[in-house]
Amino acid sequence: MIEVRLRLRRGAFDLDVAFASEGRLVALFGRSGAGKTTIVQAIAGAARPDAGLVRVDGTVLLDTTGGIDVPVERRGIGVVFQDARLFPHMTVAGNLRFGLDRARGRSLGIGFDAVVDLLGIGRLLDRRPHALSGGERQRVALGRALLAQPRLLLMDEPLAALDGARKAEILPYVERLRDELAVPIVYVSHALEEVVRLATDVVLLAEGRVLAAGPLATVLSGADLAPIVGGLDIGTVLDCTVVRARDAHGLATLRFADGDLRVPALDLADGARVRARIPARDVALALSRPMDVSIANRLPGAVGAVVPVGDAMAKVAVDLGSTRLWALVTREAVERLALAPGVRVWAMVKAVALDGRSFGLSRPG
Amino acid sequence: MLLESAEIEAVLLSLRVAVTATTASLPVAVAVAWCLARLRFPGRALLDAVVHMPLVMPPVVIGYLLLVVLGTRGPVGGWLYETFGLRLIFTTEGAAVAAAVMGFPLMVRAIRQALEAVDPGLEFAARTLGAGRFDVFRSVTLPLMLPGILAGAIVAFAAALGEFGATITFVGNVDGETRTLPLAIYTATQSPDGDAVAARLVTISFALALGGLVLAEAVSLRVRRLLGAA
Repeated sequence: MIEVRLRLRRGAFDLDVAFASEGRLVALFGRSGAGKTTIVQAIAGAARPDAGLVRVDGTVLLDTTGGIDVPVERRGIGVVFQDARLFPHMTVAGNLRFGLDRARGRSLGIGFDAVVDLLGIGRLLDRRPHALSGGERQRVALGRALLAQPRLLLMDEPLAALDGARKAEILPYVERLRDELAVPIVYVSHALEEVVRLATDVVLLAEGRVLAAGPLATVLSGADLAPIVGGLDIGTVLDCTVVRARDAHGLATLRFADGDLRVPALDLADGARVRARIPARDVALALSRPMDVSIANRLPGAVGAVVPVGDAMAKVAVDLGSTRLWALVTREAVERLALAPGVRVWAMVKAVALDGRSFGLSRPG
Repeated sequence: MLLESAEIEAVLLSLRVAVTATTASLPVAVAVAWCLARLRFPGRALLDAVVHMPLVMPPVVIGYLLLVVLGTRGPVGGWLYETFGLRLIFTTEGAAVAAAVMGFPLMVRAIRQALEAVDPGLEFAARTLGAGRFDVFRSVTLPLMLPGILAGAIVAFAAALGEFGATITFVGNVDGETRTLPLAIYTATQSPDGDAVAARLVTISFALALGGLVLAEAVSLRVRRLLGAA
């Protein structure tokens, strides 16, 4: 359980946030300038807010009303920085042991060999940081933070400095940490794909305020992410099981609570659990069962809500049983089809709109 | 080339003075550089100016000031003499003090530059891993400053070998006690038949400087490699 309440004013920048989460990985999601860095600094102990509280699993690390401000080195918060910050004068092994030797009596039972194994850095131990690739550096930084036996792992845009291939290399390791270790993770990011893939919970931040906070699917589904991703981006997050990873047509079948989705084949085993984010702009609506269209996914449901977006558009919630799927259509279409709560519709989702980047492996089993 | 015993003595004395001056002032220089680079305190500008004084003032003036303060009748020198029986004027220790004071600004500048080049982000990372402030300095800051500390020590050592004005003013030109290489050269040039002696001593000075330079380059290359910069 992590609780954060912060208030801070620096010139024109005004931060006032509060959130609490019991999730294994809570993502702080917002664009730059939203206050993510300030929150990270306050949690780690680098910056003192005007007023605030930071509590991790019952341990108070900062409480301005109670006069508590635990110094950085005693907070037990493992930080993974965007730029890795490995010590250049030590080998990889030396870097890893640095925190282990200074764990101050905390023990998570995370041993040296286990971490080396978990992160696949065994053959790097004798190297120096300058001889590592960006992805390797980040893995070592992760291991170093973990070996300090932290109460909380704070990852500050850990993938932002890496290219696409390197990002893909690190993501599975972050998933393993999330699923296999008992350390809660706060993950700061401005990249929607990372958040959808990794987070159990999410805090949406914009201009120093919390827009929404809670479980990922609840917060992200239907939310207008424009203040965060810049452009109009509404979508639905679905937790699915892979029924079939590849069929004769090169398609995969995913099953969610209220139906199946066909998408381009996935590099996953049958039975794997994945999370899919369906962009609302890739969902079209029809009043009757569409027969002669190319669109692979046709899901019957009833309109739950119609919410105007800007001048010309509206987001329409389609309730498919317990799942609410969002479609972004023009207001002209809303009028033409007389879309209103209760109207029966068919939602159509193009298979090709859901490529590999839309998916994240969620917790196994 | 044959050297007379007085000349050998001057060379050895110079080395001893330079080594003593450098090693004794190094920890102080690191501390002062750290204060100047990392602390904001009233009087910081004054400390900075005092440290730089030997660089901008005539060495003779520094020698004179040392004489006033550290002479046996000076406020500090008198106390040292009465309490510890330590006399600085006309002694090798005094020569080392003069060399240390003259080389101090060079040393502090090099170390401070190295310190300012250390990424505070690395120091913060060390703190998040559980290292207290002194631990961070010892295990991260200091090793990363090492090239600068070495450079500072080498420059100060070279300056100490060549120190003349402050030394002769403060501790005089005593054979076997304070007559270092430069003073010996000066003395030789003052005597009518000293040309050959002066030439030999100048050659030695040249060789020492060159050898020091090569050694310094080798050491600093090695350290940089160790830090992964080269």
